[in-house]
Amino acid sequence: MSVEVAHITKTFGEFRALNDVSLRIRQGELVALLGPSGSGKTTLLRILAGLEVPDDGSGGVSFHEEVVTNQPVGKRQVGFVFQHYALFRHMSVFENIAFPLRVRPRRQRPSFEEIRRRVMELLELVQLSGVGKRYPSQLSGGQRQRVALARALAVEPRVLLLDEPFGALDAQVRQELRGWLRRLHQEIHVTSVLVTHDQEEALEVADRVVVMNAGRIEQDGTPEQVFHQPASEFVMRFLGQVNVFHGRVHKGRASFEDMAFDYPHYPHDQEQRATVYMRPHELDIHRSSNGVPSLAARVERLNPAGSSAKVVLRTQQGQDLLVDMPLERFRQLGLAPGEEVFVVAKAARVFVPDIAPEYMI
Amino acid sequence: MRFALKRHSVLPGFGLTLGYTLLYLSLIVLLPLSALFFKSAELSMAEFWSTVTNPRVVASYKLTFGASLIAATINAVFGFAVAWTLVRYRFPGRRLLDAIVDLPFALPTAVSGIALTAIYSQHGWIGQYLEPWGVKVAFTPLGITLALTFIGLPFVVRTLQPALQDLDRETEEAAAILGANRFQTFTRVIIPVVLPALLTGFALAFARAIGEYGSVVFISGNMPMRTEIASLLIISKLEQHDTAGATAIALVMLLSSFVLLAAINGLQWYAGRRHHGLS
Repeated sequence: MSVEVAHITKTFGEFRALNDVSLRIRQGELVALLGPSGSGKTTLLRILAGLEVPDDGSGGVSFHEEVVTNQPVGKRQVGFVFQHYALFRHMSVFENIAFPLRVRPRRQRPSFEEIRRRVMELLELVQLSGVGKRYPSQLSGGQRQRVALARALAVEPRVLLLDEPFGALDAQVRQELRGWLRRLHQEIHVTSVLVTHDQEEALEVADRVVVMNAGRIEQDGTPEQVFHQPASEFVMRFLGQVNVFHGRVHKGRASFEDMAFDYPHYPHDQEQRATVYMRPHELDIHRSSNGVPSLAARVERLNPAGSSAKVVLRTQQGQDLLVDMPLERFRQLGLAPGEEVFVVAKAARVFVPDIAPEYMI
Repeated sequence: MRFALKRHSVLPGFGLTLGYTLLYLSLIVLLPLSALFFKSAELSMAEFWSTVTNPRVVASYKLTFGASLIAATINAVFGFAVAWTLVRYRFPGRRLLDAIVDLPFALPTAVSGIALTAIYSQHGWIGQYLEPWGVKVAFTPLGITLALTFIGLPFVVRTLQPALQDLDRETEEAAAILGANRFQTFTRVIIPVVLPALLTGFALAFARAIGEYGSVVFISGNMPMRTEIASLLIISKLEQHDTAGATAIALVMLLSSFVLLAAINGLQWYAGRRHHGLS
């Protein structure tokens, strides 16, 4: 294991930021910690860096089987990239990247030429060869973050930690840098942990996504697993848009509003409340019900501007329902606002309290 | 290329405020200063020269600038520590301490002068313990430096506080993660960033010390050649109705202060030029 976190708890005053969290990361893996603010993801990252210390008596952190829990920040050999870059603004780009090499104890400090060579190499790696002499204030946000990354890599980190690295950038640059980070990781293969609240970013960049909520890990799996097989209602709601309906399960049937379908996972006689989740792209619209379990609804708004068409409908009980469909299908249907239609679910997830989630249809 | 004095702006009042600023500066600052030149012009070149190079006058210059420089330097170091403590840490009594920093501002300088003399004179609270060690404070240049340090402290603290407040915690954390120890973080990351503010505070404390009169005259004892500051010489010249002589000394003070402050400003510009405009 490249990084191992065992039973860590961290409290700030009354607030429990992390609650008995354990995590193992393999050599060369890129793991995303995904969660809303206050979920503890940044605290976990800062504990890995050594910027925070876990509560007394709780577990520890090890890198390559070496316990580093009480090792001071500067000795851990981690790279850390901050959301707001945290570059030294009075130093040129070159000096920023050379900083970790220059502050080494005299005996370990590389020679002047060696420092120069290494900085040039790193500048090339982050595709900023020409800007060594400039100051951070003269660079764009995306360039600054790449300088910050080069500086983090200059310590030859055992683990690279990225705290919302693209959070301060605008959408297009963010998209570009994501792809770039992915390629860079393939090139240098350093074990990396990325903190983000942006699910799209996590699913796109990471090998593995760890979804966190309220100081705990909700789910730990591949992007595909967390998206398609969410382990909890929280993960279901947090990853992507979703339609939520409150219904019941009873004797192998689940129902909500005017829709009912088989749900063999709950064969009990006692009726139980349940929540039904349906992703917009897992819904389809038909003009007639055709005997298939479906939900009568009225078309409210149509938005075909995008890679798929979005249709907002309202159910008979007055709840909004979002459907995503391919543009082709949308044109074929020729929907108009105000029209009464039937919504059919290609897939739905039913969450019954205290029972593991299951799937229908 | 067209040169425009005033660009069109939605904010009105540029003409009015600029006019007011110029009038105000002329009446309050420039007019009295030019009077200084005119008045000293009453002296012939030779008279002027002999007035300003009189050994007693030269000694007073040396004392004034020397003591002010030392006082401002002490303030730069310890004022930094005070500002650092007030900005960085939360502790009971912090606000009270913060208010105390302003006391030298608020106190009439004569009152501070008398207070300092009372404490540091031969039989004063602290003076009596220093006396056996052969340390004399009152009526020596040491006392003058002390008084100038006292009145200069708030300038350094108040200019540094906002700069230290603006220091980005993350930048320091970054330095630590990159392997810098506390000393390296302090000298390579913190000091360069707050240097412009530190220099401003230093310049203000220094300028204030040069012009100080009230708090110094009591503790200095005003012994010619030894503890006489330039401001005092000016007053005594005025008392002897030698207005032109007084202005001649004042003019030299003015010019040297100007040169020194310009130098500090230049230094400040040099220290700050690299990272202006960073969001």
